[in-house]
Amino acid sequence: MIAIQDNTMNDTVNQAVTHSSRLEQCFATLKQQNRPALVSYLTAGDPDADTSHRLLHGLPDAGVDIIELGMPFSDPMADGPAIQKAALRALESGQTQTKTLEMVRNFRQENSTTPVVLMGYYNPIYCYGVERFLTDAATAGVDGLIVVDLPPEHDEELCQPAAQHGIDFIRLATPTTDARRLPKVLANASGFIYYVSVAGVTGGSAPTPERLENSVAHLREHTDLPIAVGFGIRTAEQAATIGRFSDAVVVGSALVDCIEHAASGDDAVEQVHGLVSELAESVRACREVDEQVIS
Amino acid sequence: MNKPMDLSSSLPDANGLFGSFGGRFVAETLMPLILELQDEYATAKNDPEFQRQLAYFQGDYVGRPSPLYFAERLTEHFGGASIYLKREELNHTGAHKINNCIGQGLLARQMGKKRIIAETGAGMHGVATATVAARFGLPCVIYMGTADIERQQTNVFRMQLLGAEIVPVTSGTGTLKDAMNEALRDWVTNVDDTFYIIGTVAGPHPYPAMVRDFQAVIGHETRAQMLEKHGRLPDSLVACIGGGSNAMGLFHPFLNDSAVQMIGVEAGGKGVNSGLHAASLNGGTPGVLHGNRTYLLQNADGQISDAHSISAGLDYPGIGPEHAWLHEQGRVEYVSATDAEALEAFQICCRQEGIIPALETAHALAEVAKRAPTLPREHLMVVNLSGRGDKDMMSVAHHLGEQLDEAC
Ligand SMILES: Cc1ncc(COP(=O)(O)O)c(C=O)c1O
Repeated sequence: MIAIQDNTMNDTVNQAVTHSSRLEQCFATLKQQNRPALVSYLTAGDPDADTSHRLLHGLPDAGVDIIELGMPFSDPMADGPAIQKAALRALESGQTQTKTLEMVRNFRQENSTTPVVLMGYYNPIYCYGVERFLTDAATAGVDGLIVVDLPPEHDEELCQPAAQHGIDFIRLATPTTDARRLPKVLANASGFIYYVSVAGVTGGSAPTPERLENSVAHLREHTDLPIAVGFGIRTAEQAATIGRFSDAVVVGSALVDCIEHAASGDDAVEQVHGLVSELAESVRACREVDEQVIS
Repeated sequence: MNKPMDLSSSLPDANGLFGSFGGRFVAETLMPLILELQDEYATAKNDPEFQRQLAYFQGDYVGRPSPLYFAERLTEHFGGASIYLKREELNHTGAHKINNCIGQGLLARQMGKKRIIAETGAGMHGVATATVAARFGLPCVIYMGTADIERQQTNVFRMQLLGAEIVPVTSGTGTLKDAMNEALRDWVTNVDDTFYIIGTVAGPHPYPAMVRDFQAVIGHETRAQMLEKHGRLPDSLVACIGGGSNAMGLFHPFLNDSAVQMIGVEAGGKGVNSGLHAASLNGGTPGVLHGNRTYLLQNADGQISDAHSISAGLDYPGIGPEHAWLHEQGRVEYVSATDAEALEAFQICCRQEGIIPALETAHALAEVAKRAPTLPREHLMVVNLSGRGDKDMMSVAHHLGEQLDEAC
């Protein structure tokens, strides 16, 4: 009995080393290159399984450093209209938790370096079964989880079990997270910190860079984890401005909008990868100005 | 072993849990607000001045206490248990919903909030919220699904007269759950100045406990009124369940009285086996939605299903977490009534008592129709007459019309 437990412990420790390293390595490499990561968000299965597969597999070549893959949910209460519709398109085309995990497994067969973070709401994970989900996610090659409706008060639900499986639990900090609360938010965080740039839903208004820079600087005083900024970032210019002071820039609704407006699956792939390339170029160059000033 | 668990005061725990149900499953942006609300409510609960104001508005504005009326003709009609109606439909705005809105409205005012939002299904909670917002001079935005706007036109107009802005919600099925999603999205966007008045014993902690406390006036009054009339407690309590606030309000003060039987009636729609219903306990499974863990109508993949009910106010795929817990404890019996049974009971109540009940309430009456005939006259049965049916005239006409057509 005890021996069995020891074995499981060793397994999870090993997994912890291999899996968390993908995010760590990614941020370490980017630090050397002195540029922020470009993080893309797409909903798995949007607009259909085949197109979604092609979208996902082309992201690294188009310039994405970290992939956020949304697990569609019928009631995405923290999302604006763009991502709500993406979830509906995915569900209508038959997307399930099992298929989302399968997508990651397929992706891992040809890409072993780009971190994949699953993002969504707790209920589909809870219904899949937390242990089963974490086991399958770890096997598939998932690096981290962002679960919008699991604040630190519920860490025993998923955050702590995820750590046992070597999967990072990426915590959201927001403009309403005050000094009193911040330690609680950071306590069990791993992977990176996702700073939500505005109080609101995804796809909303653009953040003001000055205020944002202060918030990120303040966060840095309390954590050594990389800091990603997301919500409301749509253009290459915005990404560049925010990428100057953050470790990663997340773009979601703008990409998802391309899918909504695309004439066909091929068109969706072309447009999404096109926008990603533009964003990637801008993010790669965004600190060069600073360097020139210094030298 | 023999000592009954104290069901009434010890729960929820500090994390807002009733056993494994409840909790605070919300986005981080909302957490500080929810914690603030929890503290403010805890203070208000023990603040004599807050309680004095609450009592004042409940009395002079809402018109409490509501009568506990012996429904003599209904009793004779069913020929069994003595039926008492707790007349919540006589409250200002015509339903129990105002009990909670007055409480939360006072809290909003005390917290210095400048704007009120709410979700509504049947429109009764929307009307009660718009009323309280008007009384306290606060702007008010009501989220309502487009399907519900269609079937509750008079309430839409009432809310507009009261100065509220109605935002039609097209996402999802355009019913109560979607309205609640949209209200939560508003709240997370307007965190600085907005108070969200949730209309039932659901949502993240502290809402289920807070709404229960504001509605418990129903049960406290019933208790005193029955003691005065009969010198003893009632034998059974019956109430309909959407999210469960009128039921919890009636039941809660009696939870420790093990001799008092309690029956919650869910909306059975076209039948619990038809897939077209709103009976979360009888036809659902545990899950997490709208900030709490409870029983939900959902598929195996955790996607929320559409509820179906003839009554907009019961058309919700979840139920308050405390009910989920009481269900698992076996303290309350949860049954269901179909659309057709409710429509039948609706008409009986109109004809026998001269009281037009809400379609929601008619579900409770449908259970009375099944249960009362089997019980002796000494059995004292209290039904929560949660609301009046003026709002349902168009729906009922439509459904009865259809039936007439079929009969021809
Ligand atoms: C008259 C009436 N009764 C009951 C309900 C159901 O809500 P709850 O279960 O919270 O009492 C409603 C909801 O709109 C209602 O209007």
